[in-house]
Amino acid sequence: MTDVLAVADHRRGELRDVSYEVITAGRQLADDTGGELHVAVISGTVDEFGDKLNREGVDAVHTVDYGEEFNHDVYTQVLTQLYDELAPQYVLAPNSVNGLDYAPAVANALELPIVTDTVGLEADGDTLVANREMYGGKVEVTTELEGTAVATIRGAEWSGAEGTGDASIEAFDAEIDEDAVGSTVTGFEEVGGGDVDISEAEVLVSVGRGIEEEENLEIIRDLADALDATVSSSRPIVDNGWLPKNRQVGQSGKVVTPDVYVAIGISGAVQHVAGMKGSDTIVAINTDPNAPIMDIADYAIHDDLFDVVPALTEEFQ
Amino acid sequence: MKILVTVKEVSTVEDEFEIEGTSIAEQYLGADLNEWDDYAIEEAVQIQEAGIADEVVTVTIGPEDCEQTIRQALAKGADRAIRVWDDSLEGVDLLDVGAKTEILRAVVEAEDPDLVLTGVQSGDDTWGATGVSLAEDLGFEWAAVVNHLEHDFEDGRASVRRELEGGVEELTEVEIPAALTIQTGINEPRYASLRGIRQAQRKELDVQSLADLGVDESAVEAEVTVTEMYEPESETDATVWEGSAEETAAELGELLREKGVAP
Ligand SMILES: Cc1cc2nc3c(=O)[nH]c(=O)nc-3n(C[C@H](O)[C@H](O)[C@H](O)COP(=O)(O)OP(=O)(O)OC[C@H]3O[C@@H](n4cnc5c(N)ncnc54)[C@H](O)[C@@H]3O)c2cc1C
Repeated sequence: MTDVLAVADHRRGELRDVSYEVITAGRQLADDTGGELHVAVISGTVDEFGDKLNREGVDAVHTVDYGEEFNHDVYTQVLTQLYDELAPQYVLAPNSVNGLDYAPAVANALELPIVTDTVGLEADGDTLVANREMYGGKVEVTTELEGTAVATIRGAEWSGAEGTGDASIEAFDAEIDEDAVGSTVTGFEEVGGGDVDISEAEVLVSVGRGIEEEENLEIIRDLADALDATVSSSRPIVDNGWLPKNRQVGQSGKVVTPDVYVAIGISGAVQHVAGMKGSDTIVAINTDPNAPIMDIADYAIHDDLFDVVPALTEEFQ
Repeated sequence: MKILVTVKEVSTVEDEFEIEGTSIAEQYLGADLNEWDDYAIEEAVQIQEAGIADEVVTVTIGPEDCEQTIRQALAKGADRAIRVWDDSLEGVDLLDVGAKTEILRAVVEAEDPDLVLTGVQSGDDTWGATGVSLAEDLGFEWAAVVNHLEHDFEDGRASVRRELEGGVEELTEVEIPAALTIQTGINEPRYASLRGIRQAQRKELDVQSLADLGVDESAVEAEVTVTEMYEPESETDATVWEGSAEETAAELGELLREKGVAP
């Protein structure tokens, strides 16, 4: 048992970026263990996916032609069978919403420990050393476990594998027990449309939970008016119903790339950062000098937004 | 229909803190009801108020200190609570997914609910895996990251929406019994009313040890151990503006003018 099995992610006919990232992470681990890297792709147009996943460092791609879209029962059955067949040391999955919908089940079915949302992975002999964050990114920990394991990797932490490999591409003949498939995906829906498209904005004044009360949003609107900017927000503001869904920046909201992104009272959780890290210039206003947003900010003010925001608005009035 | 909600008291960290060994020094830690569990409790209570569930029970793994948090859940409308704790759990740094699964499984088997609701993740150790792992262990169906749930449970199914990345939602039908991991925004969690808080004091809070649940102590010998804790390496080369709010605002104002993005 030295090999690594990495699982690809796709949706509506497209492989997702993290599929290539999990190959990179998997190759590194396989180098540590001296084993091979196997990639599994389940459902969808698997032949086409198989070709695309044949990137540098991949030894074998296992395609499972079954159904169109992700179904966690199918994934769980296939992966436990592939595991029995290949006996890999590690199973790697993306820490995507779908990854979190099957990886814990696969780990449990195989009676393996699982570490999720890892940002670093290394195999040292029989020990898997995995780094992950806790407390919303305030600290990082090194965790260790012995033997075989399932791990999920955080998106955008590893670069995507490139080039073309010389992997064997093999159809894996999984036996799907239809009776054990108790969930059915019936469709998809886009959400968050509406009048304003924050992904087009040049300047975003983005507000987070630091604003405390709905009434206080007024000072953010005043600032946006003064700057001729657009208001966006982190998730809790939308969850509270203070702004519509189309204003949410992040993993489950919109990806934005403005010239300037002013993050006001936003901690910079990974799911938020996923949506705004491509901004040209990032300014953070936050009382907490250690907030994770500071790691990606170009300019920072460690102060109370209730003092800074009105003062800034005044500058432009 | 009976609903079991997993409720966790999470540790919160002050802005400034110190690390001692593999944990954050006690004096910098606070405690709160896990944000995601708050939504799970609300969802369960709403199903009960709609006349579909007869009982909402919460389960928490945690020491006596967290009874405050459990009472919050009771004050919001859960009927009774179970708290699992004993000495063997005392010294555990980080309860891993496998350990949680084993303990919670025993509670689910004893309670026999139709629906288990958990938060998507907990705010402190953020495994994001316990609900799905538990479901698989029980032979339940499941769905992760649920941001909408139909309350009619027609034909023994739960119709849910799963929130995927990039503003896309997946519509899924799940057979019950099922475990659903609940995402924030699915509802509007209520504040506990004064009456609710008073009533919560009288509700049953049952404490169970691993032995009571028939769980072997070896279950909590975590397979995943924390060997180091540190502040993440900051890659920042941010320019930090110092001074009064007027001064820092002026600096920012100047930058915005320089970038040509402000009038
Ligand atoms: C599957 C999944 C998907 C998610 N998708 C998204 C997403 O798309 N977008 C998103 O944003 N989140 C998303 N989240 C949630 C994310 O994990 C965080 O919970 C969220 O981003 C936190 O928002 P926040 O920074 O506004 O709040 P907090 O983390 O509570 O941060 C508030 C910040 O305000 C600061 N502050 C407080 N008072 C003041 C003051 N007076 N002046 C200045 N600063 C102050 C604090 O220091 C703190 O840093 C998702 C989570 C999950 C599990």
